[in-house]
Amino acid sequence: METTVAPVIEIKNLTKRYSESGPIVIDSLNLTIQPGEFVAIVGASGCGKSTLLNILSGLEKPSSGSVELNAKASLMFQESALLPWLTAGKNIELALKLSGYPPENRRARAQELLELVHLSHAYNQRPHELSGGMRQRVAIARAIAQDRKILLMDEPFSALDAITRDLLHDELIRIWEETGLAVLFVTHNVREAVRLGQRVILMSSKPGKIIRQWKIDFAQPRRIDSNDVAHFASAITDQLRQEIIRHA
Amino acid sequence: MPNFEYIPDDQIKEARQKQLESLSAGLDNLESDSGSKTSVSKRALKAIAPLAAVVIVLAIWQLLVILKWQPTWVLPSPAMVVDSLVQQYNQGLLVPSAINSLRRGVQGFAISLLIATPIGIALGLNANLRAIARPIITGLQQLPSVAWVPAAIIWFGLSDATIFAVILLGAVPSIANGLISGIDQIPPIYLRAGKVLGARGLTSITHIVVPAAWPGYLAGLEQGWAFAWRSLMAAELIAIAPSLGPGLGQMLDTGRQLGDMSLVLGAIVTIMVVGVLVERLVFSPIRQNTLRNRGLLHAR
Repeated sequence: METTVAPVIEIKNLTKRYSESGPIVIDSLNLTIQPGEFVAIVGASGCGKSTLLNILSGLEKPSSGSVELNAKASLMFQESALLPWLTAGKNIELALKLSGYPPENRRARAQELLELVHLSHAYNQRPHELSGGMRQRVAIARAIAQDRKILLMDEPFSALDAITRDLLHDELIRIWEETGLAVLFVTHNVREAVRLGQRVILMSSKPGKIIRQWKIDFAQPRRIDSNDVAHFASAITDQLRQEIIRHA
Repeated sequence: MPNFEYIPDDQIKEARQKQLESLSAGLDNLESDSGSKTSVSKRALKAIAPLAAVVIVLAIWQLLVILKWQPTWVLPSPAMVVDSLVQQYNQGLLVPSAINSLRRGVQGFAISLLIATPIGIALGLNANLRAIARPIITGLQQLPSVAWVPAAIIWFGLSDATIFAVILLGAVPSIANGLISGIDQIPPIYLRAGKVLGARGLTSITHIVVPAAWPGYLAGLEQGWAFAWRSLMAAELIAIAPSLGPGLGQMLDTGRQLGDMSLVLGAIVTIMVVGVLVERLVFSPIRQNTLRNRGLLHAR
């Protein structure tokens, strides 16, 4: 891919171990992500996917190598991590406040973001009053509230039921198209990765490194049960299984 | 020509968006909690239950008096106790005593809150500080604060300062300990979420740590109030001087000096009633509200 635009994420030779003598969690990883790109990362347990996202969001430091972000990233977890003492709207307003958004416009902006995730009626609802899927949508709105150019997602839909997850795939793609964010989406689910990503990256486990990448170039919106998705997914699953067998 | 008509791309997109929106709304409605209300009879029972307890205690008490289990100077009847409270009221002593005690209690509690909160936060967040200071706090909590009354009288004389000192030594450790356990019980995901949202230092404390620790903090505050109120009564009972003005503890002591059991019991009842009212009118609504907001209130 020839581009003149500077990448939003450029990782060179990233290595991570949690202690001097500890095992290598991520091994000389190289990855470049362009503005507005949707990249999905799949891998079995222990491939360092979550560690990678923690490093990119600044929660962890790399042991060696360089990680360059030309914009700040917001991070979403498997659990919505909404603060239970605040309403959905106030959760978003807190994100706005902490990223320096002017106080007089916060409420209106929070309402706008709730509309973006199709939850305009949920401003005054408490997290516990929302379903798992609604909570994750509020969490998406809260992440977008931070006005970052990069959205990091750590298995955000893995705790949801299949119907809800399917719907959130559609919603996420719609929001991605509307906002032009670069998304780095980590998952265990190969079909989900193919359903969402423009690029799918397969990582090995212990230590985590990139084994192979696939460019998924058929158009959105895709369906998770389509032949195209199944075709890519089975190829990726084969490789993933080989990687798992290596650890037997 | 194939037999379907041409639909422009943007119309397809719009239709798809509409469908997606309806899908989301439908699923939300299916999955949302419609919220169950407790029945009227259940709520009525909840309101009446405490009154029933009072009626039972009064009935047993009255029965013992009727059976002449003890002479009335040892166990006066409920009516005699009410009578002596009415007398106190008519002499203009009951209300000022209660208000003066309550004022001291509230002021002492407020000072305790201001002192205990920074201590609790510091010890909750810093393991080293805690290792040094927590044994002291726990030791203070174990010590009945009435033990400080003689020392406080020597230090501060017969003044409000003495009474406040005793209240503080009773309430501060409870509040601080409650806040520390509240901080210990914060699910790590909230702290991570706070970090990701950009909360650092003081912002993290005010927006994440304290609200997340609130249930434990509140329990500490409730216990702190109970300790403050008890310490206050002990202090008032011992530290008696015209300069201190009236108080429920003083009323208790007057009853003892006069050998007036009705007055003693009247004072005890008043002390209990004030304590219960503060719990019912202040702490209980806050606690219920906290539980409801966080989805911790199950149909119990």
